[in-house]
Amino acid sequence: MIEGTVGLYLAFTFLASVAGLLMLIWSISTGQLGMGPDAPSTIFAAHEKGQAEDPSARAQSMEKLQSFLDDRSREDGTPHTDHDEVELRLAIDASVRRPVIYLACSAIVWLILGSVAGLWTSLKFHYPDWNAFTDFLTFGRLRPFHLNAVIYGWVSQAGMGVALWLSARILKVPLRAVGSCIWGTHLWNLALFWGLSAILLGRSEGIEWLELPWEVDAVLAISGGMIGIPILRAVKERRVHHLYVSIWYIGAAFVWFPLLFLVANVPMIYSGVQHAIVNWWFAHNVLGLWITPLGLGAAYYFIPKVLGKPIHSYQLSLLGFWGLALFYSQVGMHHLIGGPVPTWLITLSIVTSVMMIAPVLAAAINHHMTMVGHFRALRFSPTLAFVVTGAMLYTLVSVQGSFQSIRTFNTITHFTHATVAHAHLGVYGFASFILFGSLYFILPRLAAWEWPFPRLIPLHYWLALSGIMVYFVGLSIGGVLQGLAMLNEKLPFQESVAVTLPYLWARSVGGGLMTLAHIVFGVHVCFLLARAGAMRQAPAYRYIPKLGGRSSEGA
Amino acid sequence: MKAHDTNVRYIYVAVGILVFAAIMLVVIPSFQMKTIQPEPGVRPYSNLEAWGRDIYAREGCFYCHSQQPRDPSLAPDGKRSWGRASTPGDYVYDFPHLLGTMRTGPDLLNIGVRQPSDDWHLVHLYQPRAVVPWSIMPAYGYLFEWRATVSAGIKPLTLPPAYAPPSGYIVPRPEALALVAYLKSLKRHEIPRDWNKGEESP
Repeated sequence: MIEGTVGLYLAFTFLASVAGLLMLIWSISTGQLGMGPDAPSTIFAAHEKGQAEDPSARAQSMEKLQSFLDDRSREDGTPHTDHDEVELRLAIDASVRRPVIYLACSAIVWLILGSVAGLWTSLKFHYPDWNAFTDFLTFGRLRPFHLNAVIYGWVSQAGMGVALWLSARILKVPLRAVGSCIWGTHLWNLALFWGLSAILLGRSEGIEWLELPWEVDAVLAISGGMIGIPILRAVKERRVHHLYVSIWYIGAAFVWFPLLFLVANVPMIYSGVQHAIVNWWFAHNVLGLWITPLGLGAAYYFIPKVLGKPIHSYQLSLLGFWGLALFYSQVGMHHLIGGPVPTWLITLSIVTSVMMIAPVLAAAINHHMTMVGHFRALRFSPTLAFVVTGAMLYTLVSVQGSFQSIRTFNTITHFTHATVAHAHLGVYGFASFILFGSLYFILPRLAAWEWPFPRLIPLHYWLALSGIMVYFVGLSIGGVLQGLAMLNEKLPFQESVAVTLPYLWARSVGGGLMTLAHIVFGVHVCFLLARAGAMRQAPAYRYIPKLGGRSSEGA
Repeated sequence: MKAHDTNVRYIYVAVGILVFAAIMLVVIPSFQMKTIQPEPGVRPYSNLEAWGRDIYAREGCFYCHSQQPRDPSLAPDGKRSWGRASTPGDYVYDFPHLLGTMRTGPDLLNIGVRQPSDDWHLVHLYQPRAVVPWSIMPAYGYLFEWRATVSAGIKPLTLPPAYAPPSGYIVPRPEALALVAYLKSLKRHEIPRDWNKGEESP
């Protein structure tokens, strides 16, 4: 009964996706999208190309970065400051100051709470008798506390804050009615606090990635909408001819996520295997259609902006966007390979998972080719260091994901810690790194103050990077060994537990390093907002290196 | 900016794609599953079992235990006495689903066949290492309580000296009893007992 329809469904989806891509190529080549050759330069003011921008870099680093860029390319003529643009950017920063700082600060609080919970959960693998008599600290409640705190508290709020700032800046219009963002954030925090408390008190819905009680889901959907409304208005009132690719990603994310959330949370209509299908369709789409577009949107802005150089291939970036939309939305079933799910459905998800290589390569070529010849710039620009690391790990985690969905590899890694390692490489190595980099860029502008202790930034970077690497490498090896042991019928199950034990320590050590990194970051943000330290060069947003008699004021 | 408004319409296409994906991955499978009949022997849960199932879900047992044995062509799950490969008919009474995608511990879809003993389950929940020395499962002490004396009709746990309280008794709370009732109801496939080969498989 099930197998008879396989070919039909598969052929249908595949043809639909290919037709979609062909239509896209046709519209790009015939100029249907209204994008001229200037489209990728939308993010620059007139004569701004060739101008480095990174408010998180120290004065001397900025000079080095600028002189390094000056050595590279001069085809756009000497950059000079567009004073109208400076005024506009100041007005934009002022318009989003309150909601973005609020979102960023809430995000960081949840990040620290979530990391501590994650670390605690990890330590329970070594000390399973900890908190045995305290119900709210049991493994099965701390783990979803960790996941929901970092996904809905940290990544979502930081991502929305960055998206607000990016939208205003790219659309060149100050955000209006930000009161809706403020109230949305109040509600979001309140709902999350309620939901996480409910999980700890034993009211989890018991569905991975959907543990929050239904009333919290409803409030999150409404408050997310409230935070996104000013973006819609900005799109309407925009002062640019072309919608830059970052806006495509951000706009789509804000529309996709509520839809997903709605479909996944319809009460009482799913059960059994069908419920599992909806569960994993949703869970992977949170990554694919919410976190990933927010992260990629930021990367598509900050890499070219810091370097003062348009993205490598703009057409490719749109191909990447549509590829992501078409394929990512269907990959979820690879979480149930080998399970009691119709074969055609699993095959569909495997095919689309592998097809994800296309949009991933599009993004990779764009990010990395824009960087080629400029890798030395990573030493001078903290924003670039974080964002480019995130972009590289995006390529890595996505290619890994495509391979891990193929049955041969999946049979080994399924049901093991390798999946957990993979998820952290995505949400942390990719998305969180890009968000860190974005906040290092944005916050000094909003606070009108430079980062008071510049040495804390590389400390944060190296703690976070070594943390995720120890975590990912250790847990991946442990997971593969666990999978191989489980597949070996001669070994008792016990062996698949024992073999992971040393590698589980990698998770705790890596998690500890990352938690430390977040505390460093959080403390630094506090000092920034308190305007600690001496005012150096000038408030960051006015700093421009004095080179070759260039104007000494700009943005 | 009216002349360039066309590219804002991309959002409709973006939504259309998600709707398409939802039809493929949510709606069509739902219709396909409508006709699923329960496997022989799969019955609705009793009230106690259903309560136990809720406890299993809220305490997050599924983060470490799957309930979906794989086909022998994929993995030797059957040889570990976890049962035959499961089918959608095994789960018709399940909400929330508890398939799980992790095996820090063993698959539990047939734990009721492997371990029919209440005493074993209760001791194992109270202190897993009392019956499975290599286990890294958390101890669920909060599902139990300490009593100085026990009245007739209440059966305290029989614990090895290393894990027994210095005085008094450990008795299960109703939650522990419900959870054990649910675990014992997990019998999707009768497995000949000699598959167990006496190894202390939980």
